[in-house]
Amino acid sequence: MTKNPAAGVLDRDGLSALVEVLIARGRTVIGPTVRDGAIVLAEITSADDLPFGWGTQVEAGRYRLVPRTDGAVFAHTAGPQSWKTFLHPPRERLWSAERAQDGTLSVTGDDSGQPSYAFLGVRPCDLRAITIQDRVLAGGRYPDQGYRERRTGAFLVAAECTEPGATCFCVSMGGGPAADSGFDLALTEVLDGAGHRFLVRSGSEAGQEILADLPHRPADAATRDAARVAVDEARDRMGRAMPPVDLRTLMGESLEADRWDDVAARCLTCGNCTMVCPTCFCTTTEEVTDLTGDHAERWQRWDSCFDVDFSHLHGGPVRASSRSRYRQWLTHKLSTWYEQFGSSGCVGCGRCVTWCPVGIDITEEARALHDERAGRLRHEQRKETEQ
Amino acid sequence: MNDLPVPHLVTGVRRETADTVSITLAPAGAEALEPFAPGQFAMVYAFGVGEIPVSVSRIGRRELVHTVRAVGAVSAALCALRPGARVGLRGPFGTGWELERARGRDVVVVAGGIGLAPLRPLVLAALDTRRAHGRLNLLIGARTREDLPYADQVRAWAHSHGALHCGATVDRPSPGWWGHVGLVTTLLNEARFVPENSTAYVCGPEVMIRATARDLLHRGVRADRIRVSLERNMRCATGHCGHCQLGGVLLCRDGPVIGWDRAASLLDVREL
Amino acid sequence: MTSATTLSSALPVEHRDRLMRLAREVSFEAGTRVFEEGRRADRFWIIRTGTVLLDLHVPGRRAAVIESLGHGELLGWSWHYAPYVWQLGAEALSPVRAWEFDAGTVRALCAQDAEFGRSIATWVGRVVAHRLQASRMRLLDLYAPYGSGSPA
Repeated sequence: MTKNPAAGVLDRDGLSALVEVLIARGRTVIGPTVRDGAIVLAEITSADDLPFGWGTQVEAGRYRLVPRTDGAVFAHTAGPQSWKTFLHPPRERLWSAERAQDGTLSVTGDDSGQPSYAFLGVRPCDLRAITIQDRVLAGGRYPDQGYRERRTGAFLVAAECTEPGATCFCVSMGGGPAADSGFDLALTEVLDGAGHRFLVRSGSEAGQEILADLPHRPADAATRDAARVAVDEARDRMGRAMPPVDLRTLMGESLEADRWDDVAARCLTCGNCTMVCPTCFCTTTEEVTDLTGDHAERWQRWDSCFDVDFSHLHGGPVRASSRSRYRQWLTHKLSTWYEQFGSSGCVGCGRCVTWCPVGIDITEEARALHDERAGRLRHEQRKETEQ
Repeated sequence: MNDLPVPHLVTGVRRETADTVSITLAPAGAEALEPFAPGQFAMVYAFGVGEIPVSVSRIGRRELVHTVRAVGAVSAALCALRPGARVGLRGPFGTGWELERARGRDVVVVAGGIGLAPLRPLVLAALDTRRAHGRLNLLIGARTREDLPYADQVRAWAHSHGALHCGATVDRPSPGWWGHVGLVTTLLNEARFVPENSTAYVCGPEVMIRATARDLLHRGVRADRIRVSLERNMRCATGHCGHCQLGGVLLCRDGPVIGWDRAASLLDVREL
Repeated sequence: MTSATTLSSALPVEHRDRLMRLAREVSFEAGTRVFEEGRRADRFWIIRTGTVLLDLHVPGRRAAVIESLGHGELLGWSWHYAPYVWQLGAEALSPVRAWEFDAGTVRALCAQDAEFGRSIATWVGRVVAHRLQASRMRLLDLYAPYGSGSPA
């Protein structure tokens, strides 16, 4: 943290000013709000919309908002949404097509212009998730133009994690509660005898520029230390952990494991995990026509590999069993993602665990697969020594 | 252009079999697609119905031919098009057959049914560059004579004893059938190639691909020289929709043509 | 050109030579019935050139062609298994040149020399297995679109 000279301390008014300044610069500010008994990401018009005094209690298949007495604003864990809702929206028009009277076809893209977003309170796990989606959607040979515009135009205010939940396991996925890069500004919430305040660091020129416009004081050693301690302690308080093995190899060697039948007996193939996952990106398309039949639109919407039609190949689905669909999701996330996009597809945010209606826990499944493989190897070794 | 379909005019329609039609397409305006390589595919957009991946079955200077089998809403709409109609095209997408991999080697092309469509431009290209490689074989399996696409051309190839050894076999012979009866792999017995110095190109139903690749491998063709074209559901063709995954392979990007050295283990896993 | 079922690769050289010493060169004109279903299987052939069709007699219909055999392939395996009766008919589609073998002589040699017998049995078994596998695959009606119902 000390590396970066552009650090300061904001108080609550400074946070309010941050929202005002971003709005004044024409940005649509999205941040955590309280709605329907959950922390929901939504457009905010003032810092008052933020969830001051709310925390969360989560477990596999369980999520509850709980009031906090300390008035903390970023002491909640991930809600049911992630930033992909805005960067990679659930529905998006790809093009409009017109058929003229002479049969001529014309196709136009959706150039209605992308919103200029500011995301307030992006967790380090979600920063990593955004980087992963960047590689999928904006990297490669055919970048998704809409995504790229929204993404490059977005201003990211990270909020370091000081209050991990029971389903969090980012540390075991190679991440952690600290925000190191990929943000314009990073906040660390500090609550102690010296008051409610935020250590703020800039991570880009744009961030520095905004920071200069905010009422803030230079970062003092006490605030820096308190922030560092809070984040360090969070690192040791992750509720869950992936087994400390090479998950990529584990999945590759577990395609025929018995455990898939076990998890398939519990899984409802509802697709919740794919909807809440901040990296899941799959989409399908729909053709919409008006009554005249001369105007058509091509829409893209989120799809899920748990949907039986996802793998439909003239006649039937390739992955008909729930066993094969759960396996597709987990092996893609933890293993084949490397081959496709050069990294793991999991950041350890824990959303899939929290929002699974039957409480299937990705870390528990990985551990069971690991145990099964270990048993298999032991058995093979025994057979070898007997021979 | 890969984001938006480029309008194309249907300049020709030819019925190949009871459920299969070849449509010839030319750019409707000034905008044209990049040139296609044999084995690559386009996303073909039927206005108001939808879009499907279709490989190119002939590559002209301005025109492209797509051979479509009516199996769903979009393919049925494409099969019903008349000359003068318009469709949208995006592409070219995916890997091609890569004929250059057969330089100096015998070429074995094995097609099952409509799988001949993506292989036709490869065969035509190989005939154009026959000095670059060894002997050229085209082996075709179909259900019946009536289900054999490009029947006239295939018959002409089979009866010309020139640069191309062409054999065809059907499951059920109808009166007047001139070729073999049996599984397509039995045609390998009469093909002219040295397995250790051959490159094979295979397209057809997945079961036929597996049987053919295993047979070729057994005869001594190297796994990485057996190129197969695979099929999965596809929505975007740009690697973003996730539908065409086969293990670590994104078929729209890393395929549809991949080597058997990579495909074999993937096709062994059920429901992958 | 080799495969698991053509003679050149299926038999050890020594056994192949012994078998070939029993071969007679024969030829059939196009249209010749080489054997008929239900008759005694007392010979077999290895096709050198041309094509032979295997068929099955169906009353009131043209004979149904099951499979065609060509270069290097074994024509006939019923001679190897009791009761030594042809299961299908065979007809030359084109002029055919073939090596012909007397089944009784080969069977006697197999009985005399167990090792030779095993080689022949393995070869014939492999041909039968290969044809069974091919028939199974054709049974799937592979080339039809999935779910399109039975072909007309």
